[in-house]
Parts: sequence; structure tokens; C-alpha cells
Amino acid sequence: MTFAAVAHTAEPGAEKTLERRRGRIGYLLLLPGLLYLLLFFVLPVVSLLVTSLYVPVPGGDVGQYQPALRVANYTEAVREFYPQFLRSFGYALVATVLALLIGYPLAYVIAVRCRTRKLLAGLLLVMVIAPFFTSFILRTIAWKQILADESLVVRLLKTLQLLPDDARLTATAVAVVAGITYNFLPFMTLPIYASLERLDTRLLEAGGDLYAGPVATFRRVTLPLSLPGVVAGTLLTFIPAAGDYVNAALLGSPSTAMIGNVIDAQFFRVVDYPTAASLSFLLMVAILVLVGFYVRRSGTEELL
Amino acid sequence: MRGLLGSTSRFSLGDLLLPVYAALAFAFLLIPIAYTFAFSFNDAGRTNLTWQGFTLDNWANPCGAPAVCASVVNSLQIGVIATVVATTLGTLIAIALVRYRFRFRSSANLLLFLPMATPEVVLGAALLAQFLNLRVNPGFITVVLAHTMFCISFVVVTVKARVASLDPKLEEAAADLYASELQAFWRVTFPLLVPGIAAAALLAFSLSFDDFIITNFNSGNTDTFPKFVFVAATRGIPAQANVVGSAMFIIALLIVLTGQLVAARRRRTLEGAA
Repeated sequence: MTFAAVAHTAEPGAEKTLERRRGRIGYLLLLPGLLYLLLFFVLPVVSLLVTSLYVPVPGGDVGQYQPALRVANYTEAVREFYPQFLRSFGYALVATVLALLIGYPLAYVIAVRCRTRKLLAGLLLVMVIAPFFTSFILRTIAWKQILADESLVVRLLKTLQLLPDDARLTATAVAVVAGITYNFLPFMTLPIYASLERLDTRLLEAGGDLYAGPVATFRRVTLPLSLPGVVAGTLLTFIPAAGDYVNAALLGSPSTAMIGNVIDAQFFRVVDYPTAASLSFLLMVAILVLVGFYVRRSGTEELL
Repeated sequence: MRGLLGSTSRFSLGDLLLPVYAALAFAFLLIPIAYTFAFSFNDAGRTNLTWQGFTLDNWANPCGAPAVCASVVNSLQIGVIATVVATTLGTLIAIALVRYRFRFRSSANLLLFLPMATPEVVLGAALLAQFLNLRVNPGFITVVLAHTMFCISFVVVTVKARVASLDPKLEEAAADLYASELQAFWRVTFPLLVPGIAAAALLAFSLSFDDFIITNFNSGNTDTFPKFVFVAATRGIPAQANVVGSAMFIIALLIVLTGQLVAARRRRTLEGAA
């Protein structure tokens, strides 16, 4: 996803200068891949929608459902699980803001401060993507160890009086949000890096020459020019964060359960396929609406 | 020239704060990796959550926990098949999108964008709903089908950038030299696309190898490495899992660092020539 994010923002407009060829070959090249997506993405989503309206077979076993058009599945699912829905979006939002606050300066240091030192910039960039080289689940478990009651970090925080003596970090919302922030930080940093890397530093000097302070230069020059990267980064962080349930499962407790945990449990433990399907479908629609609204508001439609 | 600490003429506190802040952010990124690495040397016994003592046994015998090895083999097989299929399909789409005219371009773009804008849990749930409705038992094959699906879009965006950056004049030159369209493609365009395709394949493989959520929905009794670790987390993860994670880390790091060093050397050669 990360490399794609970089590639995604690279070479804007290069495509437009090219004259596209006509002919059947284009369709032939597209056909197999799009057919695959039709079969294994579009049809499953339709299947999800259909399943979300199923009703239990009368007198049947647990997990037996038959086709129906029961829209009430949705209202019941929302009534029962809206806290987890709101929590998912809340955690994802906080984690996205935190990732932006950490990732933007990181990207700025690599792309602007280290511009003349290509090798150093390259190595720092490798450090940003380094977490991807080891398993997502193992890293999350490492966080569990780091935040455990007798760990170095927790003892240090308590010694520094930053944390009350009887406080714990495991199985709290703090741990879940920290885990999500950590896991998606590279997704935030890389697109911002890609847009800052193309920033002409002479513009910053021009800002200084025109007596703009560092803050004004940043607000009026750097930030607007890196906005496409910020939009891409926030989307690449927010979308997977809202649907994530690994962090909540490994670092949280039942009181920090997110919508992903509910969907997983409804499918595999409760075996209530219609509820699981209606929650999944709602999550998809909610995210697409939010993304569409956000992209339109920020004026970066060409990113899509 | 602006150095790491910014210009000397307008030195401010911010110039110093930023690198310190970045160093802390790097620590945040790297500490969990260090933990994973350190605990691969833990003389853990059954649960690998607290430090028991240093040992090389886990590295000497990574298949000491047989379930770890079996899940890694599954993950590798799934990753390779999904990568080959997704890279092929995605590369064809990328070439078509940049080089050919066709109707329904915006629908095609939407179809490619949607899987990336959909949370994994929804993709996993949708595929499972489909397989349940078709009465297909989830297992190895359904995982491969699912992984191929979510990799295609990422291959397309990666290869598309490369196709778009190619100079179409090169193909025109080939045509002027009486190359057929097919010859021009295989002799000129394709070799230039190889770095982009390789990057896309590496990305697809790493996405597949590390995927947990979609896999969890569609794997039935088949264990992949991430799924094994997640399930084992409740009763204790064998230290061999950390060995696998650390080894993957070292291999990937070597690949990327080699790429960086080659790029640096090429830059130096180019600068020397100029």
C-alpha cells in the first residue's frame, strides 16, 4: 500500500501528454483483470448485501438462514452495535490525527531537511517502511509487551510521575489508539513525503525573502503544496484504522471493542450472518460517504 | 546551502527541535521491531511474553515449533501464487489504462479504486458471504483468490506510474526502425517496465504475506503465518515465530538497502559523468 501511495502521487499529468491508441487490444488487456474484480469484489459485495437481508430458517439450526428482504436487520444491528461503530470512527479519527502530527514532521525532515543528502534521506525512508518488513501481528504483540504492567516503559513513566502508580496501560483505549497510530504511521508518512519531495525549496526561501516568518511560510507555502499528500495519507490511515480489529483484540478489552471485532464475532462465534453482513455493508457505505465528502471538501478529487 | 539544521543565517529553536522530534518518531517506529528481534533470542519455553534468558536455540531450530513452519510454508505458497496472478492481471490493466482508449474509463477506474477504499474487514466479510452462499468451503484456494483480488489494484497504481513515465517516442523510434507493434513492446517497452513490475510484485507479495484480516475470514482451517501468530497470542506464541518475523525483516531490509545503494552509486556515476 505504501509504495503504491508514493507511486500514486508521482508523475502527475504525465499521462495527459500522451496520445492514447484506439483498438481492441486495450479492451483485451483490461478484460481479465476487471473480470476478476467483478467476480471477486463486486459479486461478493452484492452477496454481502443479499446476506444482510436473510432471515433464520424457521425451526432450523444455528447458522441456517434463508433468502428474504428483512430491512429490520439493519435497524436492529445499528441499535445494538452503534457504540462500537462510534468507537471505531472515534479511535480511527484520533489515531489519524496523531499519525499526522507524528508523520508530517518526519516526512518533512526526510524530504526537505535531508534533500541534499540523498543517501541519508534514502536510509531514513527505509526506516519509515521498516515496520512493514516484519509481521503486523508480531509488532502489535510487541506493543503488548511494551505496555505491560511491569515493562520498562510503564516503570519509566511511573518513575517520572507521568503516570499514576496504580494506572495500567494494557487493555485500555490508550493502548488500542497507540497501537493503531503505530501500525498505520508509515501509510501517513509516505504520501506526505512524496508530495514534500517535489516541493521546490526555493519557494521557502522566497517566503523568507518576502519577510514571512517560518510559521507563515509553512502555513501559506509548504502546507498547501503538500495537501495532496496529507489527504492521501489521512485516507490511507483512516480507512484501514476504522475497519481494524487486530489492535482492539490484542491490546484492548471488551470495553474497547471496535466494529471489526463485532463483525468477526458475529460471523464466527455467534454465527449470525445477517447481522455481520449488515454491519459490514454499513461500514463500507459509511466509509465511502466520509471519503467522498472529505475528498470533495479538500478539493483533491484528482487523487482518485 | 541548507544543512540538516536549516540555514545558518536564520537559525531558530525550531531548526533543532525538528530533528529531535523526528528522532523520537523513529524510536516509536523502531522499538517494537527491536522487541520482536530481541524476543527471538528469548529462552521462552511456552510463553514468550517476558524475558527468561538468552539462547540461540530458536534460531538454530526455527522449525522447533512445527506449526510455525507449516504456516510459513502456506503463507509463502499463497503469496507466490497471488503475486504472480495479480501482477500479471494488474500490469495488463496498467498498460491499457495509460496507452489505450476505451469507453467506460471512469467505471474501470472506480472498480480499481473501490477495493483500496474498502476496509479489509468488509472485503473479508463480503468474500466469506459469497463463499457461504455458493457453498464453497473456505481453505487454501479461497485465500489465494482473496489475496489476488486485493493485490490487483495496488499492482495497477504501481505499474501505471511507471508506464506513464515512459517516453512514447521510444516506441515510435522502434516503429520507425520497422519493428512490429509486438516487437516494439517486447524489445523496448517491457524491459523498461521491469523495475515497476518488480516493485509491484514485491508489494503484492508483502501485502499477501502479512495479511491477517481477509485471511482470517476466508481460510477455514488453513493457517497462514499471521493467522497462526494471532491465534497463538491467547495461549502463548512460540519464540520461533519471532525468529521468522526477524528473518523476514532482515531479508526485506537487505533487498531494500541493496536497492538504495545501487541507486546511490548510479547517482554518483551520473554526477561524475556530467
